[in-house]
Amino acid sequence: MLEAAIKGRPRYWIWVSFLSAVILVGLIAWLREHHLGSGLTTGLSRDVSWGFHIGQLTFFVGVAASAVMVVLPYYLHNHKAFGRIAVIGEFLAVSAVVISMLSVFVIMGQPSRVWNVLLHPTPHSIIFWDLIVLMTYLFVNILCGWTVLGAERKEVPPPKWIKPFIIFAICWAPSIHIVTAFLYAGLPGRPHFMTALQAAHFLASAFAAGPSLLIILSMLIRRFSRFDPGTIAIQSLAKIVTYALIIHIFFIGLEFFTAFYSQIPEDMHTLQYLYVGWQGHSELVPVIWTSSILAVLALFLLIIPATRRNENTLAVAALAVFFSIWIDKGFVFVSSGFIMNPFGGVTPYWPALNEFLVAAGTWAIGFLILTILYKIAVSIKEEVVFDKYGEKQVQTK
Amino acid sequence: MSMNRREFLKIAGASAILGFGGISAIDALEKVEGAQVLSELKALKAKRWAMIVDIKKFKTEEDYKKVINACNHIHNVPQIANPKHAVKWIWTDTYERTFPDLEYEYAPEEIKQKPFIMLCNHCDNPPCVRVCPVKATFKREDGIVMQDMHRCIGCKFCMAACPYGSRSYNFLPPRSYIKEENKEFPTRTLGVVEKCIFCYERLDKGLPPACVEASNGALIFGDLADPNSEVRKVLSANYVIRRKSELGTRPMVWYLI
Repeated sequence: MLEAAIKGRPRYWIWVSFLSAVILVGLIAWLREHHLGSGLTTGLSRDVSWGFHIGQLTFFVGVAASAVMVVLPYYLHNHKAFGRIAVIGEFLAVSAVVISMLSVFVIMGQPSRVWNVLLHPTPHSIIFWDLIVLMTYLFVNILCGWTVLGAERKEVPPPKWIKPFIIFAICWAPSIHIVTAFLYAGLPGRPHFMTALQAAHFLASAFAAGPSLLIILSMLIRRFSRFDPGTIAIQSLAKIVTYALIIHIFFIGLEFFTAFYSQIPEDMHTLQYLYVGWQGHSELVPVIWTSSILAVLALFLLIIPATRRNENTLAVAALAVFFSIWIDKGFVFVSSGFIMNPFGGVTPYWPALNEFLVAAGTWAIGFLILTILYKIAVSIKEEVVFDKYGEKQVQTK
Repeated sequence: MSMNRREFLKIAGASAILGFGGISAIDALEKVEGAQVLSELKALKAKRWAMIVDIKKFKTEEDYKKVINACNHIHNVPQIANPKHAVKWIWTDTYERTFPDLEYEYAPEEIKQKPFIMLCNHCDNPPCVRVCPVKATFKREDGIVMQDMHRCIGCKFCMAACPYGSRSYNFLPPRSYIKEENKEFPTRTLGVVEKCIFCYERLDKGLPPACVEASNGALIFGDLADPNSEVRKVLSANYVIRRKSELGTRPMVWYLI
């Protein structure tokens, strides 16, 4: 099946070359950081010791976990519309897990020692469990996606032995995001992170952002290939995004209530810093409001049936949800827990250019994997013409 | 070296037995030997090391400097001017920043103006040890929270977990920021975390921590488990406070205000 990845039109090779160039830039930026020290190449400090990269971990683990929103309705509830895109969801999970794992790897001050995590396994550390759950999830998604796609190519039903792995992947998916939430939710003295709602909130925002990305990717696939992921599938995803977004916004409201009704200063301060500024600092106020406005815009576009059904407005809504939650989780959440420093003050943080380039390198690696996997999947689906329910999955252009 | 089949099997068999039982035997042997080495040393020992900062005894700027410089010098602590990247083992800050959760507004002017000493609290229930994925930071039986700078992978999770800002990451090449190197203590490399280690290397030689020695009695150090120790006497005779004790970390550094 891999041969499909080395045959392509010029635009495929231009895209692959572009991603490779970004990866190279990211690699140089990463080497530069390890040569000069992250003091000169990042915005991090002794107070804000985690920033942009750990934000990417948090966000993309969510995207990876959200594949379950396609796989679960298809395999457990026989939602046929998702039959065509189940593998699209699984391959998105693969590349998102790779981005997540790389985002943690690049922050390591001593990357050559990183295997100490397995050499000295430490079950009381959440990072240890994060590595375990992410590696397992990566493995089962490659296995399930590849096997089911292989069967589709041969136009035979998937082998029976794969079913337990698929069920396992469905059960395992939430664990990757729950464990990621536990990185934060059990830290004493970080009031912004210390909420029992953390894991639930992470899952809700993930199930909004991930399927939004799948909507956009499905639309792109339909535009750039002859494979049609299907209007019903896209509409089903839109409904999932709508409900998850409502829960996400509801959870933000819950945080506000607990902080401001209890009037406990440390619980209020981070929210004050983020939304109106505090102690003369308001660096992230425009950022968080951008996220809020995008979320509200998307909420209207998704709740109103006419704009949800219209694919142009749905595309706008999906982009708005994706960027709103990326700003919230990938940019603001992690750093704001540290910006409110342990000395009762504010230590501002803004990612440096080098940090951004390293992150761009990790995204490019993820997107390169995604491109190759999608190229293979789409080529097979174009060749097979009919999906397993006998419906035509290829557009006549 | 020639070896017949019989000899080879003998050695192989012995190695196999060693493989199963041998590791624990070597482990036990090392523990016995280690204990012997320690008993020959005139090491200071305790069940639970603890410190009291008697802030009233810090009067002049010189009192603070002596204590801090003693530590910085013997531990090759890099002197980085930018507070964002500073490496700090023992340092001073205001009362308000040392105790952000305590009453500040109507505190005596003297307290408001006075610098407070901060260092690793060597918590009895240390969150940094809980989160470290490689056991590079660990708690000794005598309560010292240690930092293995050679195992640390630089993930900075311990810095997220420490509610006291007592951990420093080497954001800049530390060796470029050491004026006078003490050859008896290792220097560090870029990308690892470090902190106060209660001078375990001096305790092994029977010496008190460097800061305590330089403090003229303003820093009191001793065994919390021993009712006759000086720390216990001071604790039972005075009103003392700890930083953020409500978090359940059980800090082993007390402040006598």
